[in-house]
Amino acid sequence: MAKYLLKRVFYLLLTLFIVITVTFFLMKLLPGTPLQNQQKLSPAQQHLILKQYGLTKPIWQQYLIYVGGVFQGNFGTSFQFSDQPVSYLISSRIGPSLLLGLQAMILGVVPGILVGALGAIKKNTWVDTTTTIISILGISIPSFVLAVLLQYFLGLKLHLFPIADWGGFAYTVLPTLALAASPFADTARFTRTEMVDVLNSDYIELARAKGLSKWGVIYHHALRNSLIPVVTIIGPLAVNIMTGSMVIENIFSIPGIGEQFVKSILTNDYPTIMAVTIVYSVMLMVVLLITDIVYGIIDPRIRISGRSN
Amino acid sequence: MQSKETILDVNHLKINFNTYAGTVKAIRDVSFSLKKGETLAIVGESGSGKTVTTRSIMGLLANNAVVAGGSIQFHGQDVLKMSQKQLEGLRGAKIAQIFQDPMTSLDPTMRIGRQIAEPLIIHKGVKKEKAMAQALEMMKLVGITDAENRINDYPHQFSGGMRQRIVIAIALINYPEILIADEPTTALDVTIQAQILDLMRELQDKISTSIIFITHDLGVVAGMADRVAVMYAGKIVEYGTVDEIFYNPKHPYTWGLLSSMPTLDTHGDELASIPGTPPDLLDPPKGDAFAPRNPYALKIDTEQEPPFFKVSDTHYAATWLLHPDAPKVTPPEQIIERQKKFAVMQKEAEAKEQHRIEEEEEQQ
Ligand SMILES: Nc1ncnc2c1ncn2[C@@H]1O[C@H](COP(=O)(O)OP(=O)(O)OP(=O)(O)O)[C@@H](O)[C@H]1O
Ligand SMILES: [Mg+2]
Repeated sequence: MAKYLLKRVFYLLLTLFIVITVTFFLMKLLPGTPLQNQQKLSPAQQHLILKQYGLTKPIWQQYLIYVGGVFQGNFGTSFQFSDQPVSYLISSRIGPSLLLGLQAMILGVVPGILVGALGAIKKNTWVDTTTTIISILGISIPSFVLAVLLQYFLGLKLHLFPIADWGGFAYTVLPTLALAASPFADTARFTRTEMVDVLNSDYIELARAKGLSKWGVIYHHALRNSLIPVVTIIGPLAVNIMTGSMVIENIFSIPGIGEQFVKSILTNDYPTIMAVTIVYSVMLMVVLLITDIVYGIIDPRIRISGRSN
Repeated sequence: MQSKETILDVNHLKINFNTYAGTVKAIRDVSFSLKKGETLAIVGESGSGKTVTTRSIMGLLANNAVVAGGSIQFHGQDVLKMSQKQLEGLRGAKIAQIFQDPMTSLDPTMRIGRQIAEPLIIHKGVKKEKAMAQALEMMKLVGITDAENRINDYPHQFSGGMRQRIVIAIALINYPEILIADEPTTALDVTIQAQILDLMRELQDKISTSIIFITHDLGVVAGMADRVAVMYAGKIVEYGTVDEIFYNPKHPYTWGLLSSMPTLDTHGDELASIPGTPPDLLDPPKGDAFAPRNPYALKIDTEQEPPFFKVSDTHYAATWLLHPDAPKVTPPEQIIERQKKFAVMQKEAEAKEQHRIEEEEEQQ
């Protein structure tokens, strides 16, 4: 297990390195400079500013300096807020994003599993139809539309929750709901499909032949076997939530990295764009690593093959 | 024949399935009985209704099934009329089943000891520790080597043959009165097949259970069964003791099955499967369902279904060929050879019986 973990962490760092490299050169290829909106500046002034940011050096030197910095936690200085290191910008904003993401994940996955399982157990009844319609809605309504609807009804009309800004738990409710809808729908659909398969399998037939009751069969045999694969979609769901958060944080004016990301793109703030990209990659890789480990623990078939390797 | 107690009595069973295409008449008036301790083989081609028959005994019919008639008497109670609760009490306790594919019939995420112990815990309320001890005993009984160390393993750690032993252990842990084995060896290779069949025979003696043995392979029936029922298109067309079915078959369908079976006795060159396909059960033909594929079919076969004609006390066949007015037909050569052998066997049996009686008389 320790050897496996070490291997995985090594690959994680390798991937991270590739991500940094690719982002760096992509940024260099992009048209536009951080100074593009300031035409009032004379060429000499522009040169001075570029020099200050180290942008007059040859690209390979810039690259080495950047990579060296990143591994020491230094992402350079923001172009937009010239007095702020990017690392500070991110560390002060990551909290709200993590909190929202985590809440949305839990609020999406747990009810998603329940609803999906219910749909499979009550297959071809009105329960199944209702849950299927709900999950199709969840998949097809874009999160920003849902966000606006939530703001309008639960915020403006019913005054249940604040419609924007960041303060206590109440401020997280609407954005969490908006973010959770799509993971909820994905989880529900996935769980239903898995469970329908499991309920048609031979070992469920054997469990019935043992004399277990309908719910006994579900509780002792069907649930575990259909839930194990759900772990594999946590990674894609995390991606879903991260991309969703860029929009949602803007709609709800949440001071998170998603909102920062969009701002940085609009102002060509390269150092911040790169840093946020790297942070997103790291979060995703960590999620994937954790889900792989969890999968190995809960599925005996993986566990054993891991041991014999 | 010793008249043993009948424990299961299937009477005029009729099962339909509602489908989008119409009503599938899967079981069309099936009757048979099972005696204590005996093994009844049900043979027939794919789709003849063997599995549906066993499922109705277990009370595990699909949702679209309709019992269109008949009864299944078990200890004087009709299984078809039992509540879900009563059926649950029966399954895995009094009537147990072994399935076809051992690779898929065990729960992949549950330790096998738990899986074997489960029926004990459900039905007898045995405490977990004690149940596990009994599961271990059962594992040894079904021939799982190193059982102590393997009780906490998962199914994927076992071979197909071993998994089928585990499935058998699950089925037998409550010493059921009836064991239904639905093609228990079809998915296994030949050597493993033989081992599993040996094991089943051995365990039947130890546990004294009755077995309904489903197969489409007459080859495995000879060594296993006491009696054989031949099924075709949702009906039993002939039944009798193993010797009667193997050596004195009367129904042309049974002739066809026997002729397509390779054995040591037959001259291997005339192997052929029965030409044609079974009828569409959405709209079964009027007369004898086998008539279109039957080279010996009479005119009446297309008009009227044949009743059962008695061949002996234990042997019946549903074919018009047995009607006193039917023309005499010559069965395939292979079947004639079998019948000759049967005549010899009968003489030998008679001689033996004679001998026994004489000995008894001498002793008195
Ligand atoms: N749920 C169902 N809905 C519709 N038709 C069904 C259903 N279950 C079984 N049948 C039909 O009933 C008939 C008998 O099927 P059954 O499974 O008993 O055959 P079998 O003799 O066991 O064949 P095999 O040797 O292939 O296992 C088939 O024509 C089958 O298509
Ligand atoms: Mg079958």
